[in-house]
Amino acid sequence: MAGSTILELKSVNKYFGDFAAVERVSLSIAEGEFFTIVGPSGSGKTTLIRMLVGMDKPTHGDILLRGERINDTPAHMRPTCMVFQSLALFPHMTVGENVEYPLKCRGTDKAERRRRAEECLGLAHLSTDYYERPVAKCSGGERQRVALARALCFDPEILFFDEPLSAIDYKLRKMLEKEIKDIQRETGKTFVYITHSLEEAMIMSDRIGVMRDGRLVQVGSPREIYKAPESRFVSEFMGEVNILPVTPADGKLMCEPLGLAFDPPPGEAIRAGSLIVRPEDMRFVNGEQPTNTVIQGEIFNEYLLGSRVQYQVRAKGVTLLVERLRDADTPDRNIELSFAPEDSMLFSE
Amino acid sequence: MTDLTNKSVTTALSGSSVLRVGKVPTGFWYALPILALLVLGFLAPMLLVVLYSFMPRGTFTPWGSPTLENYIDIVEQNFYISFGWSLWLAFLSTAILLIVAYPLAVAIKRAAPNRALILTVLIVAPLFVAENIRLQGWVLFLDKAGVLDGGLNAMFGVGTGSLVTNVPVIVFGIVYIYLPFMLFPMILGLSNVPPDVREAASDMGATRWRMFRDIELPLAAPGILIGSLLCFVISLGAFSEAKFLGKGVIVTIAQDIESAFTFGQNWPRGSALSVLVILLAGSAVYIAMRRMDLEKMLGRRE
Repeated sequence: MAGSTILELKSVNKYFGDFAAVERVSLSIAEGEFFTIVGPSGSGKTTLIRMLVGMDKPTHGDILLRGERINDTPAHMRPTCMVFQSLALFPHMTVGENVEYPLKCRGTDKAERRRRAEECLGLAHLSTDYYERPVAKCSGGERQRVALARALCFDPEILFFDEPLSAIDYKLRKMLEKEIKDIQRETGKTFVYITHSLEEAMIMSDRIGVMRDGRLVQVGSPREIYKAPESRFVSEFMGEVNILPVTPADGKLMCEPLGLAFDPPPGEAIRAGSLIVRPEDMRFVNGEQPTNTVIQGEIFNEYLLGSRVQYQVRAKGVTLLVERLRDADTPDRNIELSFAPEDSMLFSE
Repeated sequence: MTDLTNKSVTTALSGSSVLRVGKVPTGFWYALPILALLVLGFLAPMLLVVLYSFMPRGTFTPWGSPTLENYIDIVEQNFYISFGWSLWLAFLSTAILLIVAYPLAVAIKRAAPNRALILTVLIVAPLFVAENIRLQGWVLFLDKAGVLDGGLNAMFGVGTGSLVTNVPVIVFGIVYIYLPFMLFPMILGLSNVPPDVREAASDMGATRWRMFRDIELPLAAPGILIGSLLCFVISLGAFSEAKFLGKGVIVTIAQDIESAFTFGQNWPRGSALSVLVILLAGSAVYIAMRRMDLEKMLGRRE
C-alpha cells in the first residue's frame, strides 16, 4: 500500500485577514493511500482541501506534488481533481457529457471519450444506459455515482473528496462508503477524503488526520486514533465517552462529583485533568474482581444500538454510559460499575 | 355569485379539495386582476388597431367595410426603408448591448453584495429621468457648440464639430437607453451558473474560454435570451433616439407610425404599420423561444 510520498504539505497556512483558517499544517501522503482529514465544521478542512485542489492559495507554506511545488498552479493545470460536496454536476448536460468532460477538455476524440466514460460509469456501478440520460433526471444516489465517475474519468494522480456523502440518507451512505473504498482498492489511486464523520473516516481510511481550529492535531491509522487518542478532543470526537474530572489525591485520581478515587492509566503521571473511559470499556461488576474502584449506580434508561445496548447509569447525579452486547443478561436496576485502569485515558485538559 | 359561494362551501364541507373553488383552479382568481388589465389595456387596443388596419384610408371608425388598401399602400410606397432602418438598428443595438452588458453583468455578479448594490443603483438611477430628457442632454453635450465641442474649442481652439445627426449616434442612444433591459435579465441568467459548477469545470481542466463556452453561456442562456429579445423588440419601436440624436437623418418605422396618426391623419395606415411591427416583433420572439427551450436550458426538463 504505502508507496513513495505523492503529496507533501510543508507548514501550510491560510489566513483570511487575521483569522487563521489553516495553521501550520504539515503532512505527507503516500502514493495509493486512502487518507482522510476529519474535523468538526469550521475546523479548516474545506479550506485545506481547496488549497490542495488549487482553488485557493496558501498564505504561507508549500504544497508539493511528487516533490514539485504546486502552490501557484491553478486547478485546471493540476493533475488532480475533486468530488464536490454539492457534486457540482453540469446540470444542462447528460450523464455521459458530464463524465467525459475532463477528456473533452483534453481534446480526446469522441469514440475514445465514450469508451472511457462507459468504463468509469461501470466503476461507479452505473449501467451504460445512463450515458444518454440527462443529469436532471437522476436520483440523489445516481448523481453521487455520476460525480464519482466524472472524477475517475479525469484519471487524477490524487482524487479529492469534499464531504460528498454528507447529504445522503444513512443506508445509501453506508453503501457508497464501502464502494468508494472498493474503487480505491481497485484503481490503486491516492484518495484524500474530507468528512466531519469519524465513523466514515474509520470505515474507509488507511490513515486519518484529525483537524481542530485549523491545525492537524493527530495523524494516524484508524486503530491508532481509536486506541491512542492524543488529546481529549480526539477521544471525544471518536464518539460518546465518559469524562470524569479528576484531581491528584494520595497517588490516585480523585473524581469529586463521584466522591471516588481511581488508579491512573498505566504509565501516566498523577495530575489534574480529565479521565476518559469509553462506554464499551465500562463494565458491570458481576463475579470477577474489579481492577479499579467500583462505582455504585442506578440504571435509568437504555437504548438499543443495533447489536449493542447502551445504558445510562446515574451515580451521585453523574450520568455514565455503558455499552454491552445485546444478548448479555438484563442487569439489575441498581448496579456496580468499574473499568480497568488500562482502558482509561488521562488528559490534562 | 351566490351559486359559486354555495359550491365552494359544499366542496369545503365534502373535504375533497380545499384549494379549488368549483372547477376553476385557485391560480385563476389570483391572476384575475392582471388578466383584466391585460384584456382592457393590451388586448382590446390591439384588436382595435387590427380592425383599423383594414379600414379605408383616412376613416376614423373601425366599423367600415374591410379593405387591404393600407397594406397595398405600404408595399407600394417606400416604407421598406424605415422598416429596414428599424430592423438594422435593433439588430446592431442588441448585438452591441450583448457585448457591453456581459462583462458588466459578470462583474456585478462577482462583486461583493454591497458593491453590487451600489453598481446596480448607479445603473438604475438614470431610469428616474425621462428618456427624452436624457437624450436631449446628450444632444446638448454632443451638438455643434455644445458642451464637448464648445468646451474643447474654448480650451484648445479645436472642436469636434457636431457629433449628432448621424446613424452611429442613434445606435449609441439606443444602447445607452436600453442597457438596463439587457443587463438585469443577464445578471439573472448568470445567477443560474452555480459558483461550484464553475469551479468543478476548472478542476476538470477547462480553460477560461472553454468554461465560458461550455458552462457559463449555456446556463446563463435563458437570461441572455430574454434580455436580447427585450432589447430587440423595444429598439424595433425606438423613436426618440432617431428623432433627437439623429434629427431626422433617418426615419424609423415608429416615426412613420407616429406621423400617420398625427400629421397624416390616416389612422388605418398607422394601424397597418403597427400591425406589421407587432408581427415582426412577435415572430422574432416566437422563433427565438422555439429554437431555445427555456426549460431545457434551465435543466428542469429533458
